[in-house]
Amino acid sequence: MSAPVLELADVSGGYGEADILHGVSLTVSAGEIVVVIGPNGAGKSSAIKAVFGLLRISSGEIRLAGENITGLSTEKLIGRGISYVPQTGNVFPNLSVEENLELGAYTSDEDWRPRAGEIYDMFPPLAERRRQAAGTLSGGERQMVAIGRALMVKPKVLLLDEPTAGLSPAFQDDILSIASDINASGVPILMVEQNAKQALEIADRGYILVDGRNRLEDAASVLLSRADVAEMFLGG
Amino acid sequence: MYEFVNFYLIPGLVLGSIYALGAIGVSMLFSILRFAHFAHGDMMTLAAYLALPVVVGLGLHPLAGAAAAALMTSVVALGIDKVGYQPVRARPTIVSAMVSLGIALMIRSAIQVGYGVKTQSYTTGQITPPLRFDWLIVQERHIWIIASSMVLMLAVHLLLSRTRAGKAMRAMSDSAELAQLTGIPTERVVRLTWVVGASLAAVAGVFAAWDTFLQTMLGWFLLLPIFAATILGGIGRPYGAMIGGLVIGLAEELSTYPWLGTEPLISPGYKTGVAFAIMVAILIFRPHGLFKGRVF
Repeated sequence: MSAPVLELADVSGGYGEADILHGVSLTVSAGEIVVVIGPNGAGKSSAIKAVFGLLRISSGEIRLAGENITGLSTEKLIGRGISYVPQTGNVFPNLSVEENLELGAYTSDEDWRPRAGEIYDMFPPLAERRRQAAGTLSGGERQMVAIGRALMVKPKVLLLDEPTAGLSPAFQDDILSIASDINASGVPILMVEQNAKQALEIADRGYILVDGRNRLEDAASVLLSRADVAEMFLGG
Repeated sequence: MYEFVNFYLIPGLVLGSIYALGAIGVSMLFSILRFAHFAHGDMMTLAAYLALPVVVGLGLHPLAGAAAAALMTSVVALGIDKVGYQPVRARPTIVSAMVSLGIALMIRSAIQVGYGVKTQSYTTGQITPPLRFDWLIVQERHIWIIASSMVLMLAVHLLLSRTRAGKAMRAMSDSAELAQLTGIPTERVVRLTWVVGASLAAVAGVFAAWDTFLQTMLGWFLLLPIFAATILGGIGRPYGAMIGGLVIGLAEELSTYPWLGTEPLISPGYKTGVAFAIMVAILIFRPHGLFKGRVF
């Protein structure tokens, strides 16, 4: 069996002195959408931040296609093919949509324009607003800019931190179906979601974290069908 | 009419151009490093003195002196950033502001030790007659100062709107955190900001000295109107700073025009007070500056 695209092996770490993650392990294989769910403060976002080098790692290893990438700089991680969409502050509000996309390709020497064209095909509403400042867009459109910006470098794996947070239910569905489309185009996704049920519906597998530890992992369909999981983690 | 244009409007535009060049740098440095750069005025003084050997020694045109000073001042600014600001970058930005105050004093003292405190001039003795176009009388240097300031402002505009480096600067001004997550090398953007800010300040300093004379308090006296211009344009907005600079420069000169009767409206001795009054008024009534909306 070939190595998973992304792997967290027994990762512990945190921000200050105290650890938030206590030996979290998870994998993302080619073609998969993997969702991390769990109660508030379980370390879901921290797990994603650990991958992108934003967390102090005290032990364990993060591997991309089998290679250890623990502790690499942001620039190197992007160069290796990891893209990250933070939950908040994920667009440059005073820059136009197009400039946001252009800067998404900052680390690449290739011409960014053809790729931006592909992004506009993926998100038609952005094409109409390419000259508009990103800060003036609706929440859903802004999320499209954020995801589009992350896709500019043609990532090998996409990290989404609560992409539907703060969006109206209609936009939540839109963003999740966009995630599903991106995945169908061949990009594996590791996603943290508060809307666990909807997220699992588009996911292949799910992990449930509690107190910075793995609690449960299974196929998304299995997690959705389990009554105990539904009651404890999916809001009944 | 001709009096108004020749003795008030043109000098106002000259002064405004000098303020604008300084204010663009203050505004950019604030938007990217998030601190008020109090050493900006003394950086201008330093540039004026650095140009002295080029203009007086080599006998070159003051514009050549300005270019040379821009280069040298940029190097100095990068050096100061390395030893002065970089070590405290992670600390609250008030620390950087205080460092800049100390650096302002150090630059000024170094100039006083190096060049002495006597006033000096780029033009030793000879007086160049002004150009006359019918009733319009204008000093040749005033044309150079206004024209080159316009060119530099256009260059800043092109940098910010057309180049990847300029867009990275604007991105960092929007969100330094996201800029870093996008893989933008933030320290390199900071260095570029210093080079742009220091170069513009250097040119402004040489222009100010060219229009008057060199003295070690030259830039320090320019600092207040430059901050007024920066605040007027909205702190962190280079385009606002351009307008702000011109408005403050014009306001200072036009306030001494005999609008009512034959006496100056405000005695020329109180010119700086005009900039200060505008700054206070803006801080009270429009603390975000004159312009709403886009930052830059």
